[in-house]
Amino acid sequence: MHLGVSESMRECEYSQISTRSSTPMETPFKKKIPKKRKWESFPGRNKFYCDGRIMMAKQTGVFYLTLVLILVTCGLFFTFDCPFLAEHLTPVIPVVGGVLFVFVLGTLLRTSFSDPGVLPRATPDEAADLERQIDVANGSTGYRPPPRTKEVVINGQTVKLKYCFTCKIFRPPRASHCSLCDNCVERFDHHCPWVGNCVGRRNYRFFYMFILSLSFLTIFIFAFVITHIILRSHRGGFLNALKDSPVVVCFFSVWSIVGLSGFHTYLISSNQTTNEDIKGSWSSKRGKDNYNPYSHGNIVTNCCAALCGPLPPSLIDRRGFVYLDTPQLAPPTNGITVYGSTQSQQSHMAAATPLLQQQSSEPVIITASPENGGALPSRTSLGLGGPCTSLPLGQPTPATSTASLSCQESTDIRPLQDQVAHHHFLTPEDLPSPPGMLPCNTPLGHSHTVQAGFYNPASQDSLHEDSVRGLVKLSSV
Amino acid sequence: MRPFKLWQQAAIAAKVFIQRDYTNGTVCQFQTKFPSELETRIDKQQFEETVRMLNNLYAEAEKLGSHSYIEGCLACLTAYTVFLCMETHYEKVLKKIAKYVQEQNDKVYAPRGLLLTDPIERGLRVIEVTIFEERSLTR
Repeated sequence: MHLGVSESMRECEYSQISTRSSTPMETPFKKKIPKKRKWESFPGRNKFYCDGRIMMAKQTGVFYLTLVLILVTCGLFFTFDCPFLAEHLTPVIPVVGGVLFVFVLGTLLRTSFSDPGVLPRATPDEAADLERQIDVANGSTGYRPPPRTKEVVINGQTVKLKYCFTCKIFRPPRASHCSLCDNCVERFDHHCPWVGNCVGRRNYRFFYMFILSLSFLTIFIFAFVITHIILRSHRGGFLNALKDSPVVVCFFSVWSIVGLSGFHTYLISSNQTTNEDIKGSWSSKRGKDNYNPYSHGNIVTNCCAALCGPLPPSLIDRRGFVYLDTPQLAPPTNGITVYGSTQSQQSHMAAATPLLQQQSSEPVIITASPENGGALPSRTSLGLGGPCTSLPLGQPTPATSTASLSCQESTDIRPLQDQVAHHHFLTPEDLPSPPGMLPCNTPLGHSHTVQAGFYNPASQDSLHEDSVRGLVKLSSV
Repeated sequence: MRPFKLWQQAAIAAKVFIQRDYTNGTVCQFQTKFPSELETRIDKQQFEETVRMLNNLYAEAEKLGSHSYIEGCLACLTAYTVFLCMETHYEKVLKKIAKYVQEQNDKVYAPRGLLLTDPIERGLRVIEVTIFEERSLTR
């Protein structure tokens, strides 16, 4: 009896050493290591401030320019025009101006500092699972597998879901990968350098309120500056009055900002994103039956939904702590995926799931024991291969980029011409989608049906035991 | 609680991922199709009931109605400072979901050697079901 018990105890211990679940349960034997917050190992190209509370894009130069322009313009207005207008017209003018100014700043900061709706990257388990399903669907692994797409029917319209090679997920509808921030963003509108952030699901309403209130503010300032000049020129010289006024800045801003507000009002009322509008995804030019499946039907509902709908919380837990039990792959190399290139890559992905039989010589990703937690991820990430940029996989489709350029010219939104080239009004990095899609599109969005035929638990048990033993051997080294 | 603690030390046999169902648009819904890996572990009805309940809860979080509009307008008028003292409706429902997942794990899934991961921990992409090996049931 005693022997039986000790044997089973040994068994328990054995399984405790060999594998670890990736749930954040801490072992009692873990050493005290200073806790890191998740934003410190965030894989995207974002900047964080205030211990993860503030999140911005990498390039923030233009944002500071925006701030300076607003502050200088309003500063000049309040200093030179307001005293005169308050005295000769009404003191309500500076008050209204002040309220508008505070509102503009508030919405700008809210847009710039908040998470636009970034989708966290897939965990290694998920990525491996998807890989397996795609491989099964594909059949043989060619040198360069076709781009992965899934078709889903949403409210009668067929929508293609693209696979993101960087984030290793099938992007939800309306999500897009921003090449500047290197993140997939939900309901991606565009990347705005003026606010120094992407505009997506979580900050679109703040962005809209920013440009709307800025339009009112610029019109307000412009109107009252003109009034001031007219009133002054009755008394003294016209040129004298002009030199103290922020007219020039206002003049250009008014047209561009008002134009942009008008454009976004149209987008909101038809429930489209800038991305979709530029590509003409729901335009009737594409086909008679082409319509927007996300629209609620009428303008009022669309507006209410966009501006007053529920605000989803951030999906990337920035200020959460990293649990060292959960293997975190090193940030820069995490996004690198090499498909169909080498056999070793296949074995890495296969080894990540204990289901498959391949015994890799390198330790697996998910089941790292705490002691080796540091060593394993770095080795596998090296194995995943070289610079992502050299791969010809993720190329933006030429058609969309030219379309977006022509759109820029026609709308002429930005006043400064040298900024046009850099302005990411362009569609983000898009995977090429030639006619050759996955043959398994008939099971549509139900990737599970593919999985069903593949995994057979009964036959895997004994083989799994062997692979587990193999892991134990390696982890004890 | 005892059976659950044992599973912590158990080996992971497999992980099953329930993907999102986008047929109704971008609202958060998960596929209710029963994965074949769980056939030996849990009742199909039970599992589908769990997923359906989760779907209902997420639909409640994202529902457009007078309640959400009032909250939105109030937030706008107070320049969103109201959320410094109050939780958004969505966050309240997420807490409900976390409680539901915990409860389901304790009552239904842990005794069967399974573990549901709250979808929010996976960025609302998947419901991750961890299948543990049978061996560590001995005490």
